[in-house]
Amino acid sequence: MLLVFICTLVGAVAQLLIKKGMDHFTPDLLAIVTNVPLVVGYTFYGFNALLMILALKNAEMSMIYPIIGLTYVWTTLLCYTVLGEPSNAYKNIGISIIVVGVAVMGFGGKK
Amino acid sequence: MSPLMRSMILVFVASVIGSFGMAFLKMGANLLTRSIWSFLNTKLLIGIALFLGSSAFYAMGIKGGQLSVLYPMVSLAYVWGLVWAKIFFNEPLTKQKFAGLGLILLGVFFVGLGSQDVQPAAPRAASGQEMPAANR
Repeated sequence: MLLVFICTLVGAVAQLLIKKGMDHFTPDLLAIVTNVPLVVGYTFYGFNALLMILALKNAEMSMIYPIIGLTYVWTTLLCYTVLGEPSNAYKNIGISIIVVGVAVMGFGGKK
Repeated sequence: MSPLMRSMILVFVASVIGSFGMAFLKMGANLLTRSIWSFLNTKLLIGIALFLGSSAFYAMGIKGGQLSVLYPMVSLAYVWGLVWAKIFFNEPLTKQKFAGLGLILLGVFFVGLGSQDVQPAAPRAASGQEMPAANR
């Protein structure tokens, strides 16, 4: 359970790094492999996927989904704080609904 | 086409491709045996290829756009995944799943509304034809 929680944090950081990397993306192989945020971001992303598979092997799905939804919360908070993207009520309400939706869908999968 | 619209379409396409990737991974995973070679089955490889393709669309989509608007759109993949689960694997579409699906769609809609009152960080070419890379 803790592992999944850590995954959501790692996943959000990976998103942020990929975004940062893509903002100065140029379609050139050398530029891509030396794009540190992009490379580190995708490494985190892949590492996170492996961790998640491990976590999913021995865990109750209905408990996992609500935690996975936290990735959306962390990513949005990082967008507001680190990227300086504007926060507004629509976004916050939307994110909250999505998190609940992912959790509800997870509960439905248990049956 | 506005840069935001372009980004949203790219992420939308990524979510559709990604959900197909999920379905193929599932089909491939069902074929796994104890042998390590069973990992080299076509379904699994197609699944991985679709995931990579999806992430390419996604990466191009978030470039220059607001991550706080575009990342939540990834959750649409759950919605398509649910449809494929029903069609390809005949998994039951329970009330909870249906409710979750509706909530996710509603949430993405709200996040989309949240993108409206925002000005782009840098002036952009009015035509929208300009490559967004020119901003930085």
